[in-house]
Amino acid sequence: MGVIDSNEIRALTGAPAPGEARRSGVRIRFDGLSKAYAARQVLNDVNLDIEPGEFVAIVGRSGCGKSTLLRLLAGLEQPGAGGIALDGEPLQQTRDELRLMFQDARLLPWRTVVDNVALGLPGSRADVRRAALAALADVGLADRADEWPSRLSGGQRQRVALARALVHKPRLLLLDEPLGALDALTRIEMHQLIERLWLAQGFTALLVTHDVAEAVALADRVLLIEDGGIALDLRVPLARPRERGSAAFAALEDDVLRRVLQHPPLEDEPQPSSAVSFGQWRWAA
Amino acid sequence: MASTISSPSPRWLDQITPWLVPVAILASWQAAAQLGWLSTRILPAPSAVLSAAWSLAASGELLTHLKASFARAAIGFAIGGGIGFFFGLINGGYRLAENLFDTTLQMVRNVPHLALIPLVILWFGIGEEGKLFLVALGVFFPIYLNTFHGIRAVDASLVEMGRSYGLSGWSLFRQVILPGALPGILVGVRYALGFMWLTLIVAETISATSGIGYMAMNAREFLQTDIVVVAILLYAVLGKLADVAARLLERRLLRWNPAYAPV
Repeated sequence: MGVIDSNEIRALTGAPAPGEARRSGVRIRFDGLSKAYAARQVLNDVNLDIEPGEFVAIVGRSGCGKSTLLRLLAGLEQPGAGGIALDGEPLQQTRDELRLMFQDARLLPWRTVVDNVALGLPGSRADVRRAALAALADVGLADRADEWPSRLSGGQRQRVALARALVHKPRLLLLDEPLGALDALTRIEMHQLIERLWLAQGFTALLVTHDVAEAVALADRVLLIEDGGIALDLRVPLARPRERGSAAFAALEDDVLRRVLQHPPLEDEPQPSSAVSFGQWRWAA
Repeated sequence: MASTISSPSPRWLDQITPWLVPVAILASWQAAAQLGWLSTRILPAPSAVLSAAWSLAASGELLTHLKASFARAAIGFAIGGGIGFFFGLINGGYRLAENLFDTTLQMVRNVPHLALIPLVILWFGIGEEGKLFLVALGVFFPIYLNTFHGIRAVDASLVEMGRSYGLSGWSLFRQVILPGALPGILVGVRYALGFMWLTLIVAETISATSGIGYMAMNAREFLQTDIVVVAILLYAVLGKLADVAARLLERRLLRWNPAYAPV
């Protein structure tokens, strides 16, 4: 399978060369990374370098292993073989440098919005609250600080989750399809918000998504995972802020989508993380 | 709520309506007793019950018995509830503990705890220990079962999130697992309060020298039906108070949950 030459597209669009290192991002290296569930090989000998401050989107059919890659990076699962290095050092169980945003917001319903953002923050109460309020202001929700999460909309909850991740000043932000459940308009707002905060803070970002347009809108680089390996590594040479309606955007989106669709869909969905089966029932109501 | 066919009635009428039947029953009870249709040996008039309650309260006897019963209930609840909570936590949290203890506890659960009374009298005599033992046993299982399932029902994705945000051990337990299990635990507390009074009534009826149950049994010996009725009503009031306290606790601790938010 031919990999699309990103230089061609860059030449066409006349965008500046990407990859200028930002100061606070972390460098990631995957070295022969493999992971299998039971007999099913999900990732097979993945080798990849990600530059500090780069925004990388990972696309692929469901069950291709893109979420697994992220969970390995977050330390939620252990690789079968190979390793991951952040800034040249091997990944440990929990790294303060990285924060993960999940598909669902996963806010603690028994904590107010501001206390959710403050989760796990060290320091005195006043300092923690000040930092959490500042992070909430960044996502435009400072006025909802003392409400319960149950009173927020889906998009607002994801914004709180983003604030909770960014209040730790991570050098690597992992985004596991965090916008999948949101409506189209809210998604576009979230794209702008994430892009703005990424540009301001300079962390490395890794976004797993089904949505090719989302990948092209946000990423410096789009990776396609197929058959446990990286089948496409495409630079997105469009200038920011990106015009969704532009011809170059549409052409790039079309290229990636065609490439994704070349591959037949996977037959069965794998079941990641079946370590503990928590029952959702209760003795009496 | 199903809507009714009739047109809406005024608000004050809605508030009064539920009380019409109880008031009517009380009135006819009083009338029947005064007209002599109802023997005072079967049921004294409501007014007689009230005056008995008043004289018991005035003499201080009522307070002494209330204190004795309340102390038994509280101590038994603390012991049984504490042990139940402990086993619920470790069995809910650790597979190994569940494998080790749960089957045994489930077997013991199938023994009605009041069936142990003859044995309890043999073990502890008729002193305080036996009553506390029975109350503790009565509250143990509701607390144990609901704590266990409360812990199990904690959203695993929240636990995963907590871990990825650097929580572990005590901080993970305090900030994620315990609050997540709290709705279940509080259901257990409400059930346990019911079992607590039930067990206490039976235990005090068998053998005691103080307490509301003793007061009732003593009055029975002297055919003081009015005092017996006072004792029964007292149990009802205490049970209701315990339930109200548990509800207030739920409202306070679960105020984040829309299902418990004050209307």
